[in-house]
Amino acid sequence: MASQKLKILAVIVALLALLYIVPQSGSFVVLLATRAMAFAILAMSVDLLLGFTGLSSMGQAAYFGVGAYLTAVLATKLQFGLGWDFWIVVLLGILIGAALAALFGLFAIRATGVYFLMITLALGQCVWGLAYRWNSLTGGDNGINMTGRPNFGLDLSNDVTFFYLVFAFFSVSLFMLYVLVRSPFGRSLEGIRERELRMQILGYNTWLHKYIAFIIAGGFGGLAGVLWAHTNGHVSPETVVLTTSVDALLMVVLGGAGTLVGAILGAGIVFGLREYLSTLVPWWQYVLGGVYVLTILYLPMGLMGIPSLVRQRFKGRPKEAGANMATKELASKPS
Amino acid sequence: MRKTWRARLMPALIGTTIAAGVTVAAGAEELRIGFVAPTTGIFAQVGKDMVDGFQLYLEQHGNKLGGMDVKFIVEDNQGKPDAAVTKAKKLILQDKVHMVVGGLLASTGYALAPVSSAEKTLYISSTASADDLTQRQLDKYPYFLRTSWTSSLPHHALGQWACDNGFKTVSVVAADYAFGYEVAGGFQKAFEDCGGKIIQKVWVPLNTKDFGPYIPAIKKSDAIFTVMVGPGALQFPKQLRGAGIKTPIVGSGVSYDEFVLPFMGDEVIGDISALHYSAAIDTPANQAFVKAYRAKFGKVPGYYSENNYSTALWIDEAIKKAGGKYPGPEEFIKIMQSIKVETPRGTVELDGMRNPVENVYIKKVEKKKMLGYDKDELWNTVIHTYPKVSQFWTYGKDKFLAQPLYSRDFPACKYCE
Repeated sequence: MASQKLKILAVIVALLALLYIVPQSGSFVVLLATRAMAFAILAMSVDLLLGFTGLSSMGQAAYFGVGAYLTAVLATKLQFGLGWDFWIVVLLGILIGAALAALFGLFAIRATGVYFLMITLALGQCVWGLAYRWNSLTGGDNGINMTGRPNFGLDLSNDVTFFYLVFAFFSVSLFMLYVLVRSPFGRSLEGIRERELRMQILGYNTWLHKYIAFIIAGGFGGLAGVLWAHTNGHVSPETVVLTTSVDALLMVVLGGAGTLVGAILGAGIVFGLREYLSTLVPWWQYVLGGVYVLTILYLPMGLMGIPSLVRQRFKGRPKEAGANMATKELASKPS
Repeated sequence: MRKTWRARLMPALIGTTIAAGVTVAAGAEELRIGFVAPTTGIFAQVGKDMVDGFQLYLEQHGNKLGGMDVKFIVEDNQGKPDAAVTKAKKLILQDKVHMVVGGLLASTGYALAPVSSAEKTLYISSTASADDLTQRQLDKYPYFLRTSWTSSLPHHALGQWACDNGFKTVSVVAADYAFGYEVAGGFQKAFEDCGGKIIQKVWVPLNTKDFGPYIPAIKKSDAIFTVMVGPGALQFPKQLRGAGIKTPIVGSGVSYDEFVLPFMGDEVIGDISALHYSAAIDTPANQAFVKAYRAKFGKVPGYYSENNYSTALWIDEAIKKAGGKYPGPEEFIKIMQSIKVETPRGTVELDGMRNPVENVYIKKVEKKKMLGYDKDELWNTVIHTYPKVSQFWTYGKDKFLAQPLYSRDFPACKYCE
């Protein structure tokens, strides 16, 4: 597995480069990178479901949202989580995301394919509705303004310091998810993705495996939400809205499902185009749309599929990567 | 530094130094204004109207405000509050703007105000109308001021007008979100304090396109008070009249703003609404503005454009008073509070809580020729003017702020069955 080691090395080098370059660029770039990384954690959680388990969730923003709202409500109503207790909020955010996923999973996991998608979408909209209408807690449409970022020796109100913190969470999340998908449990998820019936015949409780994966994804969603709330200092129903879920899903597909790194790449590209390019040119939407369309047409495995496409061309022999299978499965029939 | 240098030289070389000083001030100092508006997404047209209003003023004045060359940078927030935060930070950190102007939705206003506090940079809300920003939450935002309106401001006046003009009972049909609550709340408060009765409140989900299920539920009353935004503003009167209900409509100004008026049919003729602006205000200043705007953009300006036009005007006057330079946010706010400006919508000035005191126009939709245009068109003709209306109406600041923010449940519906 020399190539695997090479890949890991490449990712580590890329991360270190990011850590070195970003703080040296303008403060707006720091802000953007922070946002993209917080969102990338959510995208990776979607990838765990979509790429590795074969479940296309349209409701991932729900866990993201509860994490964010939890942070904002605790900070504004109880002044909690603005010092060292920030770490408790992180823990609570992960737990509340996981708990909500545990609840929603009971309804959603029974279904597969389009039905799973519809159920997660509906449940996600329930959370949005709650955020929108529970005025006394969530501030309704106006959302919640947070007064500042936590300060526990490390003053996070400094954008660069906060960038390092989010970077740390982001790297640890990537590492943990990588270990997870490489573990026997992760392999069983891939087995479920490829052919659930065979896994059942082999004696796996596939429902339980999917349920656990769903809860883990929810936990990472909650974590992303906590970080997101502090990135903006503002939480509103816009955080929980359907397009947030769709964005995360599109990022995964853009980067390449079943690769984790693809989700990060997707998040980086979407944020770069939507929030950086939009400050330069008014026609950024065409670029974003064009990237999506071209990816779907010519790169069904996403951007991470490019190396294997190149290899294929030179060796003349197709090599099926994980990403390849995952997306093919999605394209053919979702069951 | 430059000032002391100039001051020292002044006695010696009066004439030349003044000339040199002026060129330094005008040449080196440019005023950088960041403008946040939704130029893509569902609010793109409104966003464009906002930008157009501000830019029209700049163009008319040689791209100068108060003698300073203006660098005007527009950023798109796609109608999303968190994108507004990112873009405002970009404007402040990267473009080093002196002030951020704009913001359409209340949620955007709420999201941008804390940015101004955190970055110690002025934010001027030129459109967003969320009440509490200049009321119960103002203390949190020392670098914030508003040149537009609070949602309840014109509707207090409308409540009084409805009461004074013989309406005894009113049914409220309003969009179910913060803006709807504040508009309807203002109307209800003034109307009931004067002796009227709100007999019903129907909250319609935002972006409702079919009012079929809601119209039969509307009770018989002297008038219907509506707060509709987006497609609902067009659809509701059509469906209401289509259902054969002839009850007069007394509505929020945004439902009948010039932004939607050209797309409305004759069924809205006679409908009453209130706002702090109407394109049909019969003053030379407004006529000149409407004609210039229409000549350039091919449409009649609504309040979105006027408010941003007069924001530019206000900044112009303030910079002039500051001596042709930007004096920093604290000083600038003080100057803004100390001046009265003549805008197309009339004389405006800031109150102690940095919200404009302005005229409120009670308007009636009529089809006629106005301002010398030769076609019959729908206009919001002004039938009554309440001069110098404050955001606290006639209650006084302390008494007003003692009550909670207008919401779904406040004021309570005492006369609902």
